[in-house]
Amino acid sequence: MLLPMSDTIIELRSVSKSFGSLMALKNVELRVERGKFVTLLGPSGCGKTTLLRLLAGFDTPTSGEIFINGRSMASLPPEKRPVNTVFQSYALFPHMTVFDNVAFGPKLKGLGRKEMERQALEALEMVNLVDLAGRRPNQLSGGQQQRVAIARAVVNKPLVLLLDEPLNALDYKLRKAMQIELKQLQRKLGITFIFVTHDQEEALSMSNQVVVMNHGCIEQVGEPREIYESPRNLFVARFVGEINVLDAEVLSSNGGGVLEVALEGRKMKLHKTSNGHKANGWKAFGPGDRVHVLVRPEDLRVYRREDIEPEDASDFFPATVEEAIYKGATVDLIVSLASGGRLSASQFFNEDDDQLEFYRGEQVFLDWVQGWEVVLPHES
Amino acid sequence: MNRDGLFKRVSVNAIALWLVLFVLAPSVLVLASSLLTRGDAQLVRAPLTFENYRRIVDPLYLDIFLSSFYLAALSTLICLMVGYPFAYLLARTSPRYRRNLLLMVVIPFWTSSLVRTYAMIIILKTKGLLNSLLLWAGVIHEPLTILYTDAAVFVGLVYSLLPFMVLPIYASVEKLDSRLMEAARDLGASRAATFVRVVIPLTMPGIIAGSMLVFLPALGMFYIPDLLGGAKTLLIGNLIKNQFLSARDWPFGSAASVVLTLVMAVMLLVYYKSVRATRRQEPA
Ligand SMILES: Nc1ncnc2c1ncn2[C@@H]1O[C@H](COP(=O)(O)OP(=O)(O)O)[C@@H](O)[C@H]1O
Ligand SMILES: [Mg+2]
Repeated sequence: MLLPMSDTIIELRSVSKSFGSLMALKNVELRVERGKFVTLLGPSGCGKTTLLRLLAGFDTPTSGEIFINGRSMASLPPEKRPVNTVFQSYALFPHMTVFDNVAFGPKLKGLGRKEMERQALEALEMVNLVDLAGRRPNQLSGGQQQRVAIARAVVNKPLVLLLDEPLNALDYKLRKAMQIELKQLQRKLGITFIFVTHDQEEALSMSNQVVVMNHGCIEQVGEPREIYESPRNLFVARFVGEINVLDAEVLSSNGGGVLEVALEGRKMKLHKTSNGHKANGWKAFGPGDRVHVLVRPEDLRVYRREDIEPEDASDFFPATVEEAIYKGATVDLIVSLASGGRLSASQFFNEDDDQLEFYRGEQVFLDWVQGWEVVLPHES
Repeated sequence: MNRDGLFKRVSVNAIALWLVLFVLAPSVLVLASSLLTRGDAQLVRAPLTFENYRRIVDPLYLDIFLSSFYLAALSTLICLMVGYPFAYLLARTSPRYRRNLLLMVVIPFWTSSLVRTYAMIIILKTKGLLNSLLLWAGVIHEPLTILYTDAAVFVGLVYSLLPFMVLPIYASVEKLDSRLMEAARDLGASRAATFVRVVIPLTMPGIIAGSMLVFLPALGMFYIPDLLGGAKTLLIGNLIKNQFLSARDWPFGSAASVVLTLVMAVMLLVYYKSVRATRRQEPA
């Protein structure tokens, strides 16, 4: 039977939270679709945990309203909400075995002993911990504790699972492995995940939707690619990955399709591409407007003098190599422009040119694929 | 070896000497005299005998032991009921007020317990402060008889021993990670269920320590039943005191002391065992 279910599982309407004079969240508006893997991404102290705590019901908003599954959460205590939390430091009960930790929720539901045990075992199986069911949390490794925390939460079959930087305490390899496992788990369970992280790579690689936060505000919401390729402002652009910021002035605009700008002493035409994401970033810029032109390091192309025809030199930005860092898959260059500005450029190795060796002080020429730049209004 | 090493050796030896002189030696003396016979001229004399211990098993003395345990146990229970919520709130208030509140718990220790017990008489007696207050407020129309009843003994014991219950519980509640309580709520536990399933088990070391610290002294505090209870009920503490001071039967008083000490030792042993057991459950 098909139930008429709304696609929105979480809705925040102008939610604010203050601690004394500190505004931890400022008029946050957010809609989350059912079954999505959503990441809250932002620097430490930007209000991610505060937002999760409001969803879980540990704190109440100073103003605004929260709806989960169409129902207002005002005055609904944590135990009555259809959400469960995987805490930042796991918060496993130290006086209970792994099994009892996982069975905690089912026990409270007043299920029969058989059913309670079946559910707990099923959850433990899901995270491959059946063998350790009799251990205490302090006899487990960090990764194992992490799994118990996940099993303990999902055994309750919540509509939404909240995860507060769950992978932070794990070392790099385990972290990578857990990222994949979590992603698979989310697909399998079909539960909406709200995953908090301050690691942009983690956010981009795991989510259907990324919510970028800063200073208690949401800066941008979008699919990972949208966030990365067409950031709405400098903060988002810089937070989700390294990016080169060049200052330019608009010389002329044909009303949306083409911008002519003065950039590093060169006249340059920027074309609005058909790329849907990109189009959002374009504003109605007029002559004389100052703008930022943003280019990701991997989008910059670096040429040697002998690689270009001398008469084409004016189509490139001349620069000097300051540093060449070998990174395995790439060579990262720091180059300085004639104006003194420094850019970073990642050059990928490919089979035809194994000659990616640049030396310091070398004169090079730069450009990028037309349309891959991001143009933003100037921020002072 | 440097001066630190020297200091360590000297202080360790000094403490050892102190313990031998003032703890071990008196205990040995008590144990020895409990095995001797009562004398008129001398306090104790030969021959060696188990007679004193045999006398303790007498129903009369057994009664005294039992009623003492009852009194101490009930006082402990009252202290727990009053002390736990207090300690809990204390540990959960903002640190700004916490220090002052904690100070108020400790201040009574600055005055001798005996002096404070005399002060209780002034409050509890028929024309005392409590009755005057209640009469004035119109709660009662005739003064209550509190002094020289069991109620007064409980009031006195609970008042004197409450801090010993509050402090260990306070310490264990303060250590309690509030995220564990949030986790319990998150998993569907009401406030009450969270308290029973998470808070009580995790503060058990404090509860046990506090109960020990109240129960053991309550067994021996002879002057409170004497002063507030009117010396009507004979307790172990009074029994031992009387044997030494009034009846001048040192061997029997010693035997009662030894039995009391043994009982306490057994309880302490149980306590350490249980603390060790709960320790093992705490995160490493
Ligand atoms: N209970 C609290 N009392 C006072 N300030 C708080 C409290 N919780 C969070 N804050 C403040 O709110 C801001 C956001 O915190 P938080 O949500 O924990 O950030 P994040 O999880 O993104 O690192 C921070 O400045 C933090 O100091
Ligand atoms: Mg946080």
